[in-house]
Amino acid sequence: MSANDPFENADPQVARLLAEERPGDNAQAMSVSELSLALKRTVEDRFGHVRVRGEISGFKRAASGHIYFSLKDENARLDAVMWKGGAARLPFAPEDGLEVVATGKLTTYAGRSNYQIVVESLEVAGEGAMMLLFEKLKARLAAEGLFAPERKKKLPSLPRTIGVVTSPTGAVIRDILHRLADRFPSHVIVWPVLVQGEGAAAQIARAVHGFSAMPHDGPTRRPDLVIVARGGGSIEDLWAFNDEAVVRAVADCTIPIISAVGHETDTTLCDFAADLRAPTPTAAAEIAVPVRSDLLQRVGQFGLRMSNMIRKKVDLAAERLEAQRRLMPRLSDLAAPHQQRTDDLSERLRQSLRTRIGKAEVAFSAPAMMLHPRLLLRRAEQGQQRLDALTRLVSTLHPEAPLKRGFARVTDANGKTIMTRKAAVKAGDVTLRFVDGEVGGHVSGGPAPRISPAKPAKAAINQGNLFDG
Amino acid sequence: MTDDVSELNFEQALRALEDIVHKLESGEAPLDESIALYERGNTLRALCQQRLDMAKARIEAITLGPDGAPTGTTSFDAG
Repeated sequence: MSANDPFENADPQVARLLAEERPGDNAQAMSVSELSLALKRTVEDRFGHVRVRGEISGFKRAASGHIYFSLKDENARLDAVMWKGGAARLPFAPEDGLEVVATGKLTTYAGRSNYQIVVESLEVAGEGAMMLLFEKLKARLAAEGLFAPERKKKLPSLPRTIGVVTSPTGAVIRDILHRLADRFPSHVIVWPVLVQGEGAAAQIARAVHGFSAMPHDGPTRRPDLVIVARGGGSIEDLWAFNDEAVVRAVADCTIPIISAVGHETDTTLCDFAADLRAPTPTAAAEIAVPVRSDLLQRVGQFGLRMSNMIRKKVDLAAERLEAQRRLMPRLSDLAAPHQQRTDDLSERLRQSLRTRIGKAEVAFSAPAMMLHPRLLLRRAEQGQQRLDALTRLVSTLHPEAPLKRGFARVTDANGKTIMTRKAAVKAGDVTLRFVDGEVGGHVSGGPAPRISPAKPAKAAINQGNLFDG
Repeated sequence: MTDDVSELNFEQALRALEDIVHKLESGEAPLDESIALYERGNTLRALCQQRLDMAKARIEAITLGPDGAPTGTTSFDAG
């Protein structure tokens, strides 16, 4: 304790009953307020800037936003307050049991006779403490199911738009863009954020939320993959990615999200919350997109295989068709049996007609042969002979012929031959015809004188018989 | 059969194309169906090709308003 300690002048050895003011006495009694004020000045002057290390205990965040807690070690306890502004900028969530280093000033609170530290900044005391904080938060969020495998979304194989939450400067974004360009040139939307230091966690969380909340039909193309990335650094540098708000934002992101924070050996809670953890930002780009040339080749091969197959198939079908076509009988062959039958029938038709004609000819020929002029000639000859005979006969039978042999024909006046005696008597006058001419006569009814050789009547009676001889 | 193709994303289209190739190669499909499959495959192939051909780098950065809310995008040049 220094010389300006107000308690130094008091003499504890002297015990008096009555307090009285003595001249020249420097140790005049002070009012409590005076003392408290003096104390305040002293404390605030002397401990206007201190760094104190201790464990947080009795942590409380008031509705006002201020935070109240105690810092303690084995033997002592110090009340602490952190006003709203500083509390809001805290890069971690203080909690009981956490070993921290507080920077601030001591101040007294006269009303209660106590003192406290007004903390301006609070830091986790060492990596061990940080790991503890990390593990505790991890356990708590894991218990909530934030890291559950069933929450993980499947990454699109070929994102059309990729959202990247990272620092707009530095190697990380360059690495990502280069690797994307090498593999598959893509549409990338960078959401620039601070990746460490004050406000980093809030920016990162807001960016992840921002992508997640983008409408599908908004003016900015909504990414179908988000990458949260940061290069390597100390655990402190990466601490923003252990921030509960960031972890929750990543876990709640409606777009598949890859976490690529730090190097492969670094692990942040953001990695656990993301759908996939990439060991490095470059690896995240490799995971995000396939190699375009590979895909092109694959598509080309598919096309080729497809063309080959369909060609083979068509060829095969054509071959089979051709084979069947060859097996098919020709139309002419198909008609041949019928043609043959037709020919056969027509031949038989002709044949049968010919046969029939032949038969007819045979039937006709016999009568035809008999029908000969000879037949007529013979008849004619016979007729001729008969005619000749008759002619001869006729010549012998001529009525005048007997006249030559001495017979006479008696006729009446009319020339009519008198055949009978009676007729001759009746006629009276007759004509006698001799071979050398006629001569008149007269018939009387008496018998003819026997002296006359001529017997005309007798002749007349026998005339008819001449023809018989 | 082909009008739904444009709804497919690249992965689905590629998978569908792959299926068609396998189906054609297996020789199970009748010829008529094969030809329909081939036509669909061709559409899918063209779609995949188009998706791949369309790929070109376009890098934008979100611009933020004073309140930290996004206001739009500008082209981004990695520094």
